[in-house]
Amino acid sequence: MENIIQGKAYVLGKNIDTDQIIPAEHLVYSLSKPEEVKMYGKYALSGVPLPEGGLPQGNIPFVKDGEFESEYSIIVAGPNFGCGSSREHAPFSLKVAGAKAIIAESYARIFYRNCVDGGFVIPYETAEHLNKIVRTGDELKIDIEANTVENLSTNTVYTLNPLGDVFSIVRAGGIFAYARQENLMAQG
Amino acid sequence: MEQTITQKILARAANRKFVDAGENVWLNVDILLTHDVCGPPTFDIFKEEFGPDAKVWDPEKVVVLPDHYIFTANEHAHRNIDLLRQFAVEQALPNYYDVGSSRYKGVCHVALAEEGFNLPGTVLFGTDSHTCTSGAFGMFGTGIGNTDAAFILGTGKLWEKVPESMLFTFDGEMPEYLTAKDLILQILGDIGTDGATYRAMEFDGEAVFSLPMEERMTLTNMAIEGGGMNGIIAADKVTEAYVRSKTSKPYEIFQSDPGARYHSKYRYNVRELEPVVAQPHSPDNRATVRSVQGTKITKSYIGSCTGGKLEDFRMAAKILKGKQVAVPTNIVPATVKVMYDLDCEQYEGETLKQIFENAGCSIALPSCAACLGGPADTVGRSVDNDVVVSTTNRNFPGRMGSKHAGVYLASPLTAAASALTGKLTDPRDYL
Repeated sequence: MENIIQGKAYVLGKNIDTDQIIPAEHLVYSLSKPEEVKMYGKYALSGVPLPEGGLPQGNIPFVKDGEFESEYSIIVAGPNFGCGSSREHAPFSLKVAGAKAIIAESYARIFYRNCVDGGFVIPYETAEHLNKIVRTGDELKIDIEANTVENLSTNTVYTLNPLGDVFSIVRAGGIFAYARQENLMAQG
Repeated sequence: MEQTITQKILARAANRKFVDAGENVWLNVDILLTHDVCGPPTFDIFKEEFGPDAKVWDPEKVVVLPDHYIFTANEHAHRNIDLLRQFAVEQALPNYYDVGSSRYKGVCHVALAEEGFNLPGTVLFGTDSHTCTSGAFGMFGTGIGNTDAAFILGTGKLWEKVPESMLFTFDGEMPEYLTAKDLILQILGDIGTDGATYRAMEFDGEAVFSLPMEERMTLTNMAIEGGGMNGIIAADKVTEAYVRSKTSKPYEIFQSDPGARYHSKYRYNVRELEPVVAQPHSPDNRATVRSVQGTKITKSYIGSCTGGKLEDFRMAAKILKGKQVAVPTNIVPATVKVMYDLDCEQYEGETLKQIFENAGCSIALPSCAACLGGPADTVGRSVDNDVVVSTTNRNFPGRMGSKHAGVYLASPLTAAASALTGKLTDPRDYL
C-alpha cells in the first residue's frame, strides 16, 4: 500500500446514501465480468441530484457523460456517507471509477465495513468540516502514516482521525488478506 | 456484569459469558441470508478466496431468497437468478427458494419469519441492510456486504464490534390510528438518520409488547434508517407463539438486565403521538400528517418488507373498504403467503383482495418491486416528478426510481387515506 494518496477532490454534502452512489437499477451488472464492471464506473455517484454534485459550484458530474472513469480520486463529504442499503456495489463503483479515498465527517456502518473489508477505498473520518472548505477540483495529498490531508491548492494541512482497529485490515488490502496474514481462516 | 439483550446474544455467539460494548469479537453465525442482487457477487468472492471447489461451511445455515428484481424483462437480472440457482445446485443448498417454482417466497425479511428461520437468541447476517428486521424476534440481525458474506460462507464466522444500546420505551395503549410505522418515524425524526450509527436500537414498553409480530417487524426493520446496527425486541409469549407455529427448532430467550448500561434512553407515551410522515428526501424529515395535510400526491404505494405484510394490508383495507382511490395505488404483497392471505382474510364480509380491487387498486406479484426503484419495467416505479406516499422505508433522492420524484414515507393507514383523496390525509378522518 502506498503511503501517499494524491489527486483531485470531488466535494459532496451530507447523507450521501447508496442509491445516490450507485442507483439500484444498475445493480444487475456483474462485479466480475470486465465488460460489465466498467458500467459501475460509468454510473458511480450518478444518483446525486446534479446541483448537489461537485460542490460548492454544483452541477459537476463525478464521471463525465460517456466516460467510465472519474478525474477525481478523493471524495470529500459531510456526515453519514454511505447510509442506506448494504450494497457492496457502492464502494466497488467508487473504486472502479478511480476513487482511492473518501474523507467524510462520519460513515454508515455497513458502507464503512464494505470499504475496509473489501479493500476498495480508504474511508477516512475527520472532525473538520472539510466539505465546506475544500472545493471540487482542489489537489489533495493524504499522508497515510501521518493521518493528514494537505490541500495543495491552498497550502493548508488538516488532521484525519486515525483508522484505529481497522488500519491493519486496510494495510493488508481487505479482510481476506488480513485473515490469511493472521491465520484466522481455519474452519470450525 | 449486567448486559443488554444484544450483548447477551453476541456473548453466546462468541462463546463468552460477557462482552462489552466497543469490543471487537468473532461471532459464530447461525444463519447467512442472501438474495439475487448480492448473492452472485458474494458467491464469486467465495470461490475466488476459498477455491472453485470449496464448500460452504454449513448448507443448512445458508438461506437464499431471490426477491429484488423478479418480475422484469431485464436479462442481466435473469442472469443473476440463474447464478443463484447454479450455486444452490453445486452446493446442495436446502434453503434456496427458486423463482418460477412453487418454492418462491418473495421479500426475504418477511419470508425468513414465515419459514421459521427467525429464532430468539440467534445471530443472523444478511447481504441486505434490512436484515435488522429479524430483531423483532429477540435475535441479533444485521446487514453486511458481499465480502463479509463470502467470509461467512467459507468460515461460519465474522467479526463485529459489540454495539452500545439505545433504549426506546413506548408506554400506553396503542390508539387505533397509530401504527408501528408512526412510532419508528417519530424516533427517526428525533435522532436523525445517523443517530444510532453503530448502535443497537432496543424497543420495549407496554405499547411495543401489545403489537403483533408483523408490526414489531416494522419497528426493527427501520433501525437501519437511524444508522442502527440492529433493532431488537425481547421475545415474549407473542413471539413464542409465532415461532412455534413455524418451526420446532430450539431457541433461547434473552432479556436485558435491569442494570444494563445504555448509551441513551428515550421514553414516549403513544397516547400523545399522532400519525406522521417522513417528507422528501430523508427518513428523518418528520412532520405530522396534519401539518402537511392537503399536499397533492400522484401515487400511493403499499408494499415492501416494511409495509407489505398482512398486518399492513389489514390496516389499509379498513380505510379503503367501500371507497374509491383517487390516484394510482399499488398493492404489493411482500410474499406469496401474504398474496394468498389477501384472498382469504376478510374484513366486514369482503376479502382484502376484493376490497382493494373494488377500490381501484392494482395488486402486483410479491417482490421488492419499486421500493428501491429497480429496472425500468418495475411495477410502481416512480417517474418524472411523481409525488408518492409510500409504506416503504427510504426516501433519499431517486430511491423509488426517478431522481425528480418526492416520496413521503407513511403508515399503511396514512397511505390508504391519502390514496382516497389524492392528497396527504390523516387516517383519523376515515376511522
